[in-house]
Amino acid sequence: MLHMSINLTTTLAGLKLSNPTILASGILGVSQASLNKMIENGAGAVTVKSISLEARKGHQTPIITTYEEGMLNAVGYSNPGAKAAAEEFCQLARLKAPVIASIIGQSPDDFKKVWQMLAGSGFAAIEVPLSCPHTPGYGTMAGQHTPAMSARITKELKRASNLPIIIKVSPNHPNMVEVAQAAESAGAAAICAVNSAGPGMQIDLETASPVLGFKIGGVTGPAIRPIAVRCVYDLYQAIKIPIIGTGGITTGHDAIEMLMAGATALGIGTAVYYHGPTVFKKITDEMSEWLASHGYQSVKEVIGLVHQN
Amino acid sequence: MPVKRIVAHNQFIKTFYFAHRLKAKPGQFVWLWLPQVAEKPFSVGWQTESEFGLTICQVGPATQKMFQLKVGDKVGIKGPYGTHYDVRQAKNIALVGGGYGSAPLSFLAETELNKNPLLNIDFIIGAQAKNLIFIRPQDFNQKIIYHFTTNDGSQGEAGLATDALERLLKKGNINYLATCGPELMQHKVVELAVKYNVSCQISLERYMKCSHGICGQCVVDPLGIRMCTEGPVLDKELALQISEFGLYHRGPAGERIDF
Repeated sequence: MLHMSINLTTTLAGLKLSNPTILASGILGVSQASLNKMIENGAGAVTVKSISLEARKGHQTPIITTYEEGMLNAVGYSNPGAKAAAEEFCQLARLKAPVIASIIGQSPDDFKKVWQMLAGSGFAAIEVPLSCPHTPGYGTMAGQHTPAMSARITKELKRASNLPIIIKVSPNHPNMVEVAQAAESAGAAAICAVNSAGPGMQIDLETASPVLGFKIGGVTGPAIRPIAVRCVYDLYQAIKIPIIGTGGITTGHDAIEMLMAGATALGIGTAVYYHGPTVFKKITDEMSEWLASHGYQSVKEVIGLVHQN
Repeated sequence: MPVKRIVAHNQFIKTFYFAHRLKAKPGQFVWLWLPQVAEKPFSVGWQTESEFGLTICQVGPATQKMFQLKVGDKVGIKGPYGTHYDVRQAKNIALVGGGYGSAPLSFLAETELNKNPLLNIDFIIGAQAKNLIFIRPQDFNQKIIYHFTTNDGSQGEAGLATDALERLLKKGNINYLATCGPELMQHKVVELAVKYNVSCQISLERYMKCSHGICGQCVVDPLGIRMCTEGPVLDKELALQISEFGLYHRGPAGERIDF
């Protein structure tokens, strides 16, 4: 087949990826077995579900609901806490792709403490979502999405670890570029853009009730893709560190569009709902096909292409 | 959709009926959403052309609220979802239900006898005591042969459902086994199925949360498969590849909980 000759490998902040797709945090990342399954299905890297210092049960169900072109979620950062997570993710070296830790905290000190528990697990990078829009005490609801917090948490983690630090930003605030620039100045190795939009709400007409247990939730999926593409476009012009473009990527065309906007790697989340774990192979096959049919040899050739025009 | 009727079997178990042609296969489940409270998965316990029933055991705060539902109250129903039992070409089948796990097996027994009246079905129902048994033979196809076991001997024989199963298997004519109920009982059923070389399916209950196949809470070790999608009904060969089967499961935070 023609497109088999396409080189999909890419490098993100020193991590060598067999292809640009990365399982986004919060999707199926509870256990090492889940991560392994996504790698078997073709993910270039995987991100664990965010880990806090103490165990969290998360929000009441329903935690997810869908609509025509997207999804709302209010999972509420359920996770077993850093100590149990360190036991769960204790054999990451056995996995055949890099694993990114996603860590959360209520205070800047929490992030460092969480990381110290996970440090021996074999993670390849640390992602810090300052941008969750629906969990009290965390992310935007705790005022973490500011340049000052971005710089402070990046610096603290840089002191605690030699691994690349990735700051995940929100599409919902006009300071997105400043938050990313502050992270870059503080030594972050990459930016993940974007977290979920909104928050939004869906109402059940029969009972006049919000559907989500937490009433509001982050909006993801194809509906936010144009917003994510614009955010990556803006970031590419403002920062030099690489960007993980995340938001509604479901097809190979979506992936190419995000790369052209300036992404080096691609977060895949809601698409797992639409197509199951095999979505990674589907997207990379479609990317290869498009690249081959347009005369490209490597996925790297299209990164940031839109900025040349 | 509104609750059509409610049958209280005992203090802990009720069946809620809905006037809707669900078209579920035995072993599949639906999500029941109680607005302002929670959304939880339940196996289909009964189904006809015009209605279906969910047999619900009161186990926590959400089911406690569900037990306050009255006829006409509106709930959300999504489904059916998941894998289902398949007796294939078996002529003589045995079902082993523990507690409320008997409900989906009674749906399986009725469905299969409607398709094939010549089928022989032995239905072993185990419970701690008589007051926890809610299946009444007079409500079902009269061809089904029931074997009741209780820990205290208050109904049927005193002992375990799996002891009754082994006696049945020793006769040598059973060629398909289905089980649903407490995991350690199901694990024992699988051991017996292996020992007597009988085709067997189980229903592996795991904490399901998101109803969309993406939260990862119901994924099992080491296979990485989701019990909401690739389960809950599994062939014994697949079940035996699941290292946590009979040992541990995960709770709402994703933490491991030993059986």
